[in-house]
Amino acid sequence: MEVNNLKTYFFTRSGVVKAVNGVDFKLRRGECLCLVGESGCGKTVTALSILGLIDSPPGQIVDGEVKYNNLDLATCSPRQLRQIRGKEIAIVFQDAQSALNPVLTVGDQIIEQLQIHLSIKQGEARNKAMTLLDEMGIPSVERVMSSYPHQLSGGMKQRAMIAMSLSCDPQILIADEPTTAVDVTIKAQILDIFRELKTKRQMSLLFITHDLGVVAEIGDRAVVIYGGEDVETAPVSEIIGNPKHPYTAGLIECLPDISKATDRLTSIPGATPNPVELPRGCSFHPRCPKAMEICSRQQPPQIIISDGHKVSCYLYQRST
Amino acid sequence: MMNQKLLEVKDLKKYYPVTTGLFNRHIGDVKAVDGVSLDAKVGEILGLVGESGCGKSTLGKTILRLEEPTSGEILYKGTDITKLDKKGLRELRKEIQIIFQDPDASLDPRMTVGDSICEPLTIHNVAGEKEQAERVADLMKQVGLEAGQASHYPHEFSGGQKQRIGIARALAINPKFIIADEPVSALDVSIQAQILNLMMDIQEQFCLTYLFIAHDLSVIKHMAHRIAVMYLGKIVELANKQDLFDNPLHPYTEALLSAVPSLKSKGKNRILLHGDVPSPLNPPSGCHFHPRCHRVLPVCSQREPALAEIAPGHFIACHLYNASNI
Repeated sequence: MEVNNLKTYFFTRSGVVKAVNGVDFKLRRGECLCLVGESGCGKTVTALSILGLIDSPPGQIVDGEVKYNNLDLATCSPRQLRQIRGKEIAIVFQDAQSALNPVLTVGDQIIEQLQIHLSIKQGEARNKAMTLLDEMGIPSVERVMSSYPHQLSGGMKQRAMIAMSLSCDPQILIADEPTTAVDVTIKAQILDIFRELKTKRQMSLLFITHDLGVVAEIGDRAVVIYGGEDVETAPVSEIIGNPKHPYTAGLIECLPDISKATDRLTSIPGATPNPVELPRGCSFHPRCPKAMEICSRQQPPQIIISDGHKVSCYLYQRST
Repeated sequence: MMNQKLLEVKDLKKYYPVTTGLFNRHIGDVKAVDGVSLDAKVGEILGLVGESGCGKSTLGKTILRLEEPTSGEILYKGTDITKLDKKGLRELRKEIQIIFQDPDASLDPRMTVGDSICEPLTIHNVAGEKEQAERVADLMKQVGLEAGQASHYPHEFSGGQKQRIGIARALAINPKFIIADEPVSALDVSIQAQILNLMMDIQEQFCLTYLFIAHDLSVIKHMAHRIAVMYLGKIVELANKQDLFDNPLHPYTEALLSAVPSLKSKGKNRILLHGDVPSPLNPPSGCHFHPRCHRVLPVCSQREPALAEIAPGHFIACHLYNASNI
């Protein structure tokens, strides 16, 4: 899958919200690509745009393309999209409680999904659903199948969600902050499931998170997003060991790390920009410690630092 | 000065009764806080860490008597808070203040932030009107806001700024002790660092004592001097930061530490806990942690381990460290 210059705007009364303002990335087969950024930076909207789940109006994909198997998901018909969504590209949401239907049992919801996309019989679908839940490490499958979402704990619900999204053997799984709403010990369990999936099923994962610790755990490559734009793309080891964009570097420094002692955290001054009125030029320049005069005037170009590592920042222009 | 006990909690319990049916038949208790003992010394940051539902917030609120304790003692400078009357409580709250997790919910949307910060001054009758205005301006500067913003309403501020306002309000009447209940968990990482730095500065400047409640171990490690680990209403381990992180003894602490995703943790051996946190309505017998424990002994499901000091300042509630069980 390839996302090129994707722009999704929301037209509201108080102005145009440029939630996604030109995001590019490629998702390769069998890799885990992380989209990293703070709240409001546009990472979730990117995921929703890929699947055509943006409410219109007010939202609209104004530019760019989402290439998948010779098809542009940004422009193809709703009918085509419906066939891909859930079957070939599936999504796991952050809040399993609100993503599951409260009046259907977990089992029924998984079976429903199976029957919509694969024309199989009820009994067969039921067996498949049980195998899926079992694969997720759920102890008493029978009980969970006949439970309603509110009867399950947060970790269980998240597992049921993952089982559901996997039901049709998707090529691509989009995971939108799947570990944010659960406790640390459960988080470790869920991450373990994803890691296993990647190796066992050879699936492509698009993992959306704000937690750099999670990125380090699970990601192969990462795209850092700020103000609706991708500011840095690189392999995870590069992002963490050799961050080039001042924002990426800032994010890493301001994280209290459990494995080292520090007296004072380095913080990024200011707050994340309002997507209605993004700063001119580079949207990070008002908070950037290395801002130059040019940064406030013009949008920085994308510069290739090394193979697979690109960054949008004027700091590196001279060296290329 | 660091050795003087400011707050001492002894065997504190907070149960919420669970009732059913027409006559509200009592069918059990949610033991949110179940026999917690700890103390905080002057000028110390005591960290309290645990997963959601373990009772850490309830403990914080019970200390301020925002929740009435079921039994136990809370000694603040030697006086028992649980026995104070309304007037005494009001005096107490000049000394103990709280910062809440969600700055959106804890600020009145119809009050200007200046008024919100000023409210404690009015309630406790400190200073005249003019002095109050000066004090508000001072406080706002201290937490990194501009004095001119006092006439704005909460919705005009970002999350980080709102948390700063919450901190300014807590500081308004010069408290000695601050309970910070997950003050940064609702904030973005880049903002989180700003607030943590601010809280550290204030603590040093005014020699405050914090009870710092969080679920994020890396935040706790950064802030606290001593750390208490809570599981299902009980303290399972209490130690100095260094001891706890270098040498975690309780299996739950071990698992908790190894579960934290860290930038450099790829490929490390982690202890994966099985199952979920059980319901505090019906906790497992014996040690509450035994069904998930990776080092469980036969005795664990029968008897509850007591919190014992196994090294100077290092307390732990686990049968593994009781010589008679090995």
